[in-house]
Amino acid sequence: MTNLSILIIVPILTAIAVLFCRNTMQIKWTSFIGSIVQLCMASGLMFSYISERALGNTAQMLFQQRYSWYSALNIEYFVGVDGISVAMIMLTSFVVVAGILISWSVQTLTKEFFFLLLLLSVGAYGFFISLDLFTMFFFLEVAVIPKFLLIAVWGSGKKEYSAMKLALMLMGGSVFVLIGLLTTYFNTNINGLHTWDLLQVAHAQIPLQTQMYIFPFLFVGFGVFTALFPFHTWVPDGHSSAPTAASMFLAGISMKLGGYGALRVATYLMPEAAQEYSWIIVLLATIAIIYGSFATLMQKDLKYMNAYSSISHCGFILLGIGMLTKIAIIGAVLQMVSHGVMTALFFGAIGMIYERTHTRQLSDLGGLLKVMPFIGTVYVITGLCSLGLPGLSGFVAEMTVFVGAWQRPDAFHRTATILAAASIVVTAVYILRAAGKAVMGPITNQHYLELKDANWNEKFASVLLIIGILAIGIAPFWLYNLIAPDAQIIMENLTRGGIVN
Amino acid sequence: MLSQNYIALIPLLPIISFLFIGLIGRAYFPKFCGLIGTLSLLISFSLSAILAYQFFFEIGKVNGVYQKIIALKYTWLQFTPNIAIDMGILLDPISVMMIVIVTFISLMVHIYSLGYMHGDHRISTYYTFLSLFTFSMLGLVLSSNIFQIYIFWELVGVSSFLLIGYYYDKPSAVAASKKAFIVTRFADLGFLLGILVLSYYSETLDFQTLIQRLTTNGTYLSGIATASFLGASALTWGLMLVFMGGAGKSAMLPFHIWLPDAMEGPTPVSALIHAATMVVAGVYLVARLFPVFVMCPIALDIVAYVGIISSLFAAIIACTQTDIKRVLAYSTMSQIGFMMFALGVSGYAGEEGTGFMASMFHLFTHAIFKALLFLGAGSVIHYVHSNDMKDMGGLRKMMPITHITFLLACLAIAGIPPFAGFFSKEEILTACFHANKFIFGAAVLTAGLTAFYMFRLYFNIFWNKDFKSHHTHEEHHHGEAPKSMLFPLMILAGLSVIAGFVPFNKFVTADGAGFETEFHLGFAIGPVLLAIAAILLAWKMYAKENSMSDNVSNSIKGLYTSAYRKFYFDEIYLFITQKILFNLIGRPAAWVDKNIFDGLMNLIASITETVSGSIKTYQSGKAQDYAIYFFAGTLGFVLLFIYLWI
Amino acid sequence: MENIGLTHILFVSTTLFFIGVYGFLTRKNMITMLMAIELILNSINMNFVAFNKFLYADKLDGIFFTVFIITIAAAEAAVAIAIIIHLYRNIKSIDVDEADIMKY
Repeated sequence: MTNLSILIIVPILTAIAVLFCRNTMQIKWTSFIGSIVQLCMASGLMFSYISERALGNTAQMLFQQRYSWYSALNIEYFVGVDGISVAMIMLTSFVVVAGILISWSVQTLTKEFFFLLLLLSVGAYGFFISLDLFTMFFFLEVAVIPKFLLIAVWGSGKKEYSAMKLALMLMGGSVFVLIGLLTTYFNTNINGLHTWDLLQVAHAQIPLQTQMYIFPFLFVGFGVFTALFPFHTWVPDGHSSAPTAASMFLAGISMKLGGYGALRVATYLMPEAAQEYSWIIVLLATIAIIYGSFATLMQKDLKYMNAYSSISHCGFILLGIGMLTKIAIIGAVLQMVSHGVMTALFFGAIGMIYERTHTRQLSDLGGLLKVMPFIGTVYVITGLCSLGLPGLSGFVAEMTVFVGAWQRPDAFHRTATILAAASIVVTAVYILRAAGKAVMGPITNQHYLELKDANWNEKFASVLLIIGILAIGIAPFWLYNLIAPDAQIIMENLTRGGIVN
Repeated sequence: MLSQNYIALIPLLPIISFLFIGLIGRAYFPKFCGLIGTLSLLISFSLSAILAYQFFFEIGKVNGVYQKIIALKYTWLQFTPNIAIDMGILLDPISVMMIVIVTFISLMVHIYSLGYMHGDHRISTYYTFLSLFTFSMLGLVLSSNIFQIYIFWELVGVSSFLLIGYYYDKPSAVAASKKAFIVTRFADLGFLLGILVLSYYSETLDFQTLIQRLTTNGTYLSGIATASFLGASALTWGLMLVFMGGAGKSAMLPFHIWLPDAMEGPTPVSALIHAATMVVAGVYLVARLFPVFVMCPIALDIVAYVGIISSLFAAIIACTQTDIKRVLAYSTMSQIGFMMFALGVSGYAGEEGTGFMASMFHLFTHAIFKALLFLGAGSVIHYVHSNDMKDMGGLRKMMPITHITFLLACLAIAGIPPFAGFFSKEEILTACFHANKFIFGAAVLTAGLTAFYMFRLYFNIFWNKDFKSHHTHEEHHHGEAPKSMLFPLMILAGLSVIAGFVPFNKFVTADGAGFETEFHLGFAIGPVLLAIAAILLAWKMYAKENSMSDNVSNSIKGLYTSAYRKFYFDEIYLFITQKILFNLIGRPAAWVDKNIFDGLMNLIASITETVSGSIKTYQSGKAQDYAIYFFAGTLGFVLLFIYLWI
Repeated sequence: MENIGLTHILFVSTTLFFIGVYGFLTRKNMITMLMAIELILNSINMNFVAFNKFLYADKLDGIFFTVFIITIAAAEAAVAIAIIIHLYRNIKSIDVDEADIMKY
């Protein structure tokens, strides 16, 4: 029997161990080993999950653990995983290892930096395994606070402003989530008691009237995390000011917390309201996709470009959720995983370039492939993944969303799908524009000729993430089959009151 | 039954060599990468030759009809019980013909590149990309699933991108590779939507099931034929959108603009990708879905008219260009136009299917002689170090073998009997003559223009003025290219002569059954005479240095200039992208984001700040102020209580 | 003596109280403000004694409170003067308006 709690305990122990380290070498190696252990545990979890399923275990959530935490309010520490959570946990562990390796050269306040990174991973793991809504909220908050410090202390540019903006907007989102969760809690009644238990709430038959005002709070609250259209403005500033590893965590994991929450909490728990509101979600997601990609066209800074393109790509997650078909929901989850790995690699590559050239302005860069073949290649590969090249993960996710979305035959959903599909052309334009200018072309600055290519830790991190991208891109069926049964459960709950119109 | 294992090896060998060269060879033995790639392709080609023999002569034919055989099939992604993306191998006459062409031309180019790219320090990378391309192209032609073809479609696109941008430190190469990728990507959007439309109505992605469902009367066909949108049926829309993808890859109007620029890549690459194999993918796609196209005359007409217009258009431009690779690029576009409209005018069964057969036949012969032309041009460029025909002339003395092979290829493309192009072009013209007189007329005109511009090219390179080398004396002597380059030229030249005698009407037809074609001498003589006249005209204008060509171009200055400027298509596209997409959509989007949405968030923040700023002055730090508030507050409360209770 | 009743005493103490308040609010010298506070406290003391004498003559609670207040006032004066001296050492002034660093 796999013990899920060690997923939280190991990062905590690593973080504490980091506090007792004496020099930077010890700190880095402790965090690195800790993150490798996490990776092994996540892989182990996945394998035991798959074998458990193969043995015919049909429980919705496996490896459950349940302890009362604060009985007066019926708050429990209640964890368990399904295929979607396992996929997200795998994603998290990949990004954590890569993020820690990329941060190898952090000089100032090393101890605190790695401590905060590990704390973030605690929040992410906890969020993905929680089945108690309050515990889930608790871990969500754990994942927010360290980001403020990471950006404000180790960031670049107008870092205080960005850190404050990010923290305030994410906290605002959390407030919405909290309001939604509290309302949910007080509207449940299991044997005379209110409950935070996700599985029970899903079948609590909350009346539509109530759902109609809970759902917007939950969805918008989680939506802020995943760059829901009018609440996306923290993304560009936050990502561009953050240090490399924090950008990777932010885009790779944090934005996925929102997507996961929007699916698992908002849509799954409020199915009738989700159907009512789905057209708004589709509308906002389509706007985000188109608008994000066009805004990216105009950016001059590599990190801003990637941040805006993240808005566009996260739009696919919300689009998949909003379409309310099984395939589209699977597509949304695939897009979460795919975009998480891909964008982490993207920010990693940009970070490596920035560390060497000390500029992220497109106009200053040029011809880096010649001096840094490895980093240049990584940049091109992740760019190709971003524009949806078959064989890489982005393609699988986007196509799944499109195929799922196309099953809604009415004009509105068709138009949304076509517009979203059109954005991949714009994506190609901005990706190639950046790659053509920064990586290819003639060398613009003579001092670039002395730059060194990636060192072992950067290579390790990049190769790890590229393996992730290829594993999804070439053999998507294992991930697809991991997710599909749970998407089916969500769909069944969604259609319990009737078929999606 | 076919042994599955060796069929799978045909596409797998290139991908294995891609991985091997890319991951190991590049780092440890870069010198041998070319040989490894060539060797793996040699095996791949031999296997496909064996396969072709087996298919056409042993097992392919059942009751006189060539079957579609699914040799391999793995489910890649199962969306619903009906809709699944499979990775499979579909063998039928066109796919078997295509793998032979692809592996053969690719093998020739691999061998040729050993000489052409000799000394390039990134030669291992070059072979890595070539292997990737060959793999993707083989995957494309062998696809058994419409989504599989899309996947490989994108992969050939990216290999083409990588190879065009091979000289990545040259801004023009980078720009060309970007352009090629983006233009085809835009067209592929249509392809993707077309796939979605077709698969939605037929509820399958599998080629055979899809074709079967959409060509037999039943719920599927009536569903897609009755659903209409903007006045056209869903079937028409689906096919038009699919054709949009095909037009993008095959450089048909209006997506042709990337092809001439794609010549920035190394010349062998142009021969392989942008002449013989990848650019005919669009034709192949239409041929693959041909039974469905036949169900929808409107879509077929669009294919025909796009084909003929592109063909004529490109032929006119080709007469004015001076960059030899660009002339060949426009010639490619023109010849692909031939294949397209041959499909467009074709029927399905028996003799009505002449157009289909002719199109595939032309695809086959064109691949051979166009590859030869490009490789010949490559060896000329290798020697002259320039692409411009003004820098050439009189080269027949320096490079006799290249000269002879090039001449043979020119005769083949001009349609002079008994060279390869004559037979396939003749079949196309026959098919047009029976189907559509307007297209027939335009096609004959284009054929004449073809002969003219090809011999304009030939005379300008090998005759005209005497060659004045810019090089030192020693270099001047070595003249002819190395053997590794001459060998493919000679093989291809030999094939250009004999390829026309392959009886395509027996092997590759729309319905799989062979049919008899008759050869009418009277019909053939007209186009041949026209071609000979065009060659003589070219001889008169360009064989010797004279002012006749300038006089002609001056007399039709308007037409000449606009053709020379490629009818301003690049400028129109530039206007649309730069002025409209960037300035009218991109810039406002970025501005709105920075000012409106971000401004809104900042406004909320600044309102909070202003309010707190205005009340914080009450916290002045002066004890006496606090005392006043205290007393005033007490007084206020006292008065309140008095008012309330007394 | 019989003519002087509770009202008279309350009148005096109220006057004393507002004189103290006025002094506290208007004087800028902290020592003077401290003296004004003493006036306020003493007016309270008068009230306690007067109410005790006129209303609850058989009890001593008012007197006790007065003693308490006097004690606390003494302690308070000691603390206040200590603060004022420290403040003087820091900002070279015992003007209350200058001691406004504790704000926002």
